[in-house]
Amino acid sequence: MRRIGDAPHVRRLLISAALLLSALFLLLPLIAIFAQAFSQGVAVFWSNVSNHFTLHAIGLTLMIALLTIPVCLVFGVALAWLVTRFSFPGRRVLQTLIDIPFAVSPVVAGLIYLLLYGRNGWIGSWLDTHDIQLMFAWPGILMVTIFVTCPFVARELIPLMQAQGSREEEAAVTLGASGWTTFWRVTLPNIRWALLYGIILTNARAVGEFGAVSVVSGAIRGQTNTLPLHLEQLYQDYNAVGAFASAALLALIALLSLAAKAGLEWRASRREAF
Amino acid sequence: MSIRLQNIAKHFSSTQALEPINLDIHEGELVGLLGPSGSGKTTLLRIIAGLESADRSPQAGKILFGDRDVTNVHVRDRRIGFVFQHYALFRHMSVYDNVAFGLTVMPKKRRPSSGEIRARVFRLLEMVQLQHLANRLPAQLSGGQQQRVSLARALAVEPDVLLLDEPFGALDAKVRQDLRRWLRRLHDELNFTSVFVTHDQEEALELSDRVVVMSNGRIEQIDTPDTLYRSPKNRFVFEFLGDVNHLEGKVHNGVLTCGDAHLNVDLPNGDEELLLRPHEIRLTEQPSAESHLPVTITAISPVGAEVRVELEADWLVKPWLATVRHADFERLEMSRGQRLFAHPRHWHRFKEDTKAPAKQGRAA
Repeated sequence: MRRIGDAPHVRRLLISAALLLSALFLLLPLIAIFAQAFSQGVAVFWSNVSNHFTLHAIGLTLMIALLTIPVCLVFGVALAWLVTRFSFPGRRVLQTLIDIPFAVSPVVAGLIYLLLYGRNGWIGSWLDTHDIQLMFAWPGILMVTIFVTCPFVARELIPLMQAQGSREEEAAVTLGASGWTTFWRVTLPNIRWALLYGIILTNARAVGEFGAVSVVSGAIRGQTNTLPLHLEQLYQDYNAVGAFASAALLALIALLSLAAKAGLEWRASRREAF
Repeated sequence: MSIRLQNIAKHFSSTQALEPINLDIHEGELVGLLGPSGSGKTTLLRIIAGLESADRSPQAGKILFGDRDVTNVHVRDRRIGFVFQHYALFRHMSVYDNVAFGLTVMPKKRRPSSGEIRARVFRLLEMVQLQHLANRLPAQLSGGQQQRVSLARALAVEPDVLLLDEPFGALDAKVRQDLRRWLRRLHDELNFTSVFVTHDQEEALELSDRVVVMSNGRIEQIDTPDTLYRSPKNRFVFEFLGDVNHLEGKVHNGVLTCGDAHLNVDLPNGDEELLLRPHEIRLTEQPSAESHLPVTITAISPVGAEVRVELEADWLVKPWLATVRHADFERLEMSRGQRLFAHPRHWHRFKEDTKAPAKQGRAA
């Protein structure tokens, strides 16, 4: 017997629509990026990538990502633990608050930070009298990047930890394990795949963030220019090959993240089948 | 190790889960906490374990293990073994690592050597007959096997008391029977003090030395299974321990009347409700001088040691259930739709408010 919606022509129509849309909106742009980047040969591509300002942008972007990940990791695990293992007034509100960075436009987020921590901002003016500059410097970029990416890890962990419940942890404690031992030997192994997945998403977003960063960075070449900002500047300067070379680098990072994610999912599914 | 609870109560926000409870469990005893869901039995068990804390106000209760006051002792230092309803095995660890867990997390001073741990884990696995599955993951075991692993894991740390939360609740009937017998044997062999929670009367009566019947956060009765079944203290206990048939009517001059049915009883005048167990009803083709209770058979289930017969009549609010010996069943050639007369061999009666001891009577 045929299942509902499984008529051959329906199936063919859906499959071809899916393939066509993926090709038009996903695959073609990706190919175009690499084609444009290499349109004047590998040498030109290479000279654009190894350009001093591009190298600096790559370095700054990676540094921001490397600093963001541990912060988001600790924050996400602590928050997920809090929300799924304890019941307290305001738990629901907190769960909603986690989503604010997703709901708010990154540009707005950048503006808020600028208003708060800029030289004329509430906190910024106080910091200024102590000669601490956050905006238009890398700490500002780091702050908005953390703001934009902080929900990823918690969002991955909360549903999983809710589904798993706290029985295993209770069992560990009745067997005499300390809280710390319980976390390392029981909780962490149970959430490690979701955790890695959250890190990959955090990384992808941290590397690619444009809106919020563009507001607070000032985009000073060789100082506060991240790769996405650098790309935009090159494009504005009519350096198409240079812009696309940077774009290719970003796309490469994205592809590597996706490959890592697919690899993890494959491993996870194999573990379950086993 | 004996367990003594003094004045233990529990509120969850505004609802009272446990009224102040006193309970003494003797050393080496196997005690069942029996009650419907929401009766507070699991809460009580978790308070004994230390997974839940009892109310501190208006006055703090006390929990003693032997002479040791453990009221304010953390779970991890109470030296208990806890078996969870859904096993709660560490899913990423092998069976061996699960059982060894409690030993490997001991502080260095008390921790046995790795050779000793190995020997002890295999001794336990042998006891639960699972040594051949030591390297498997929990997900690769059946429910019964998982529950045995969780028992071995709890026993590995040599707890003072063993607490089991609906240990067989998630297993099918056959496995449950086997595990029950096996646990009883294990308990008699190792002679630890155990408390287990169940909502299954049969399980509680079969397994326990004494049963604590609970409802609505209260202890209704504590007795041996035999006493409990024979002389339940109140109507709740009576109804919870088995199937019950109700007979409501008015007593006048020693005769209880209900529609066109009547029964001679030795009771004062007034409204009465009598309770009967299914095996206390005899069926015949004729009424007797003492009783006239006409019924019609509506369903027959011949499975088991006795035939279960469902009876209806227009004077009955709810159908009755009677159990009949196979010999009687064949002699009377019972069939659906047949009209017979019921004779109570024995009945029970509980006065609602006074909590007076039950009165029981004989008839016919």
